[in-house]
Amino acid sequence: MIASGHLFLALLEGLVSGLVLALTALGLSLVFGVMRIVNVAHGEFFMLGAVIAWFFSAALGSFGLALLAAPLAVGAIALAADRLILRPIRYAPEATIVATIGLLYILQQLVLMVYGPYARPVDAPVYFRVEFPWFGYSGYKLVVAILAALLLGATWLLISRTRLGLYMRATQQDPDVARAFGVPTERVYAASFALGAMLTAVAGALVVPIQQAHYLMGLDALLLSFMAVIIGGLGSLRGTLAAALLIGLVDGVVSVFFSPTLAKIVASALVALVLVGRSGGLFGEGAT
Amino acid sequence: MLTVEGLECAYGEALVLRGVSLRLAPGQVLGLLGRNGAGKTTTLRAIMGLLRPRAGRIVLDGRDLGALRPYEIPRLGVAYVPQGRGLFPFLTVEENLRMGLLVRDGDRRRLEEIFELFPALRERLRQRAGTLSGGEQQMVATARALAADPRYLLMDEPLEGLMPLLVEALLGVIGQLRARGVGVLLVEQRIEAALRAADEVALMEVGRIRYQGTAAELANHPDVLQTYLGVRRDRRVGG
Ligand SMILES: Nc1ncnc2c1ncn2[C@@H]1O[C@H](COP(=O)(O)OP(=O)(O)OP(=O)(O)O)[C@@H](O)[C@H]1O
Ligand SMILES: [Mg+2]
Repeated sequence: MIASGHLFLALLEGLVSGLVLALTALGLSLVFGVMRIVNVAHGEFFMLGAVIAWFFSAALGSFGLALLAAPLAVGAIALAADRLILRPIRYAPEATIVATIGLLYILQQLVLMVYGPYARPVDAPVYFRVEFPWFGYSGYKLVVAILAALLLGATWLLISRTRLGLYMRATQQDPDVARAFGVPTERVYAASFALGAMLTAVAGALVVPIQQAHYLMGLDALLLSFMAVIIGGLGSLRGTLAAALLIGLVDGVVSVFFSPTLAKIVASALVALVLVGRSGGLFGEGAT
Repeated sequence: MLTVEGLECAYGEALVLRGVSLRLAPGQVLGLLGRNGAGKTTTLRAIMGLLRPRAGRIVLDGRDLGALRPYEIPRLGVAYVPQGRGLFPFLTVEENLRMGLLVRDGDRRRLEEIFELFPALRERLRQRAGTLSGGEQQMVATARALAADPRYLLMDEPLEGLMPLLVEALLGVIGQLRARGVGVLLVEQRIEAALRAADEVALMEVGRIRYQGTAAELANHPDVLQTYLGVRRDRRVGG
């Protein structure tokens, strides 16, 4: 009875963190897939989402508004970064890695200067506990899981059903031919970069009531989403989603029954396995 | 009228087009022939704005295309069948055709006309374009360009790898387009087939147009073909 309670808790924790990771990793995967660039500053968009959410909830007293404002503000920052940094270097793969490392430090240090080295919490917007047979569970975490799932679904619809989504996929597969069919590919790149940043910013904002906001919190987000993207198969959104959930669940189970450190080791081992063995990841390229 | 005047293009330092001039009228089929590496594909890419010319002008009905962004050119009614088909392999056939429709916001009724030209595509709509046979992919590439409702159509080796029956079908489609007033710039390796479809022919050699004349004229001068296209005519008899 105790063991099954623990297992249930572990799976639940894993599902919640897996869904939040899926949002972040989906953003990274989208940017990599469509633009063929590795955004090393991706985790900083997560951190900015959290810090801006803290800022707006402190200033406006409404976490709901903060949840809207954070991705919008981060989206605007991403658009500026695309226009001022990535487009001038023409999205050249090596150059963007160096440039986004620079962006990482700029954003991190700016937040350190303005926000300081503190870890600050926000009160959860909803307070209730869901009673399971073995224990009560934070209602807010379940709300996070549901919101994350809805956003993932919405992103999926955007990519598979809308004109912008079609243009993103076409640009990913052949930018020249896309241009020859009237696609303004530079705008598609800007939109993909902003969308990727907004997805991770929402994830960052959602976890502030659980984890607090801190200027270094982007590093973990970056590492875990890299793992998800690699395990899932570079360029495959479906694979990234599956891998993020897998990482979340493995992390939950191993953390509860063994230790959080072992959980990270297991996840890294999975990455190594994919890199050594099936270099295509769970899903091959192009499966979207 | 689509005119190319003194076009020069380079990849890095290598000058590939050395002053290409062409005129394509509505309802005209202009064959552009030349050996491998002559610069045919480069010419088409430059017209589509995918390559910035070093010199020269490309003018569409009095409008200089050089000032436009690449994605604006197809919206003016210039459609492209890339060499090697250039399909979006992971998009379905339907999505590939939709890419054509969206260029000028055509509605789905246009697809019905296209299915009359390429009936085999109707059953393939939900399939990923990359999984089709070579011949079917070639059909999709042409159908996608037609979905964009072009006034001028640039085709880069659309007959490549087609079996004779499909070659005839595609030549028939080109004939219909011509009758409807579409100007077709046809790059081909299958010289016999190109000569049958074309009104005029331009022969290209290392980045220059070396000969331009009517297809009938050229048919009577095999020596000209021999000179500019060399042995290839004998090896690759098409149609
Ligand atoms: N991306 C590129 N970078 C550098 N050189 C190129 C590039 N594309 C083509 N070239 C060179 O430019 C020249 C013209 O190439 P192009 O593709 O236009 O010829 P083509 O007439 O279409 O030949 P083919 O009949 O083989 O298709 C060739 O010498 C080719 O090697
Ligand atoms: Mg060519």
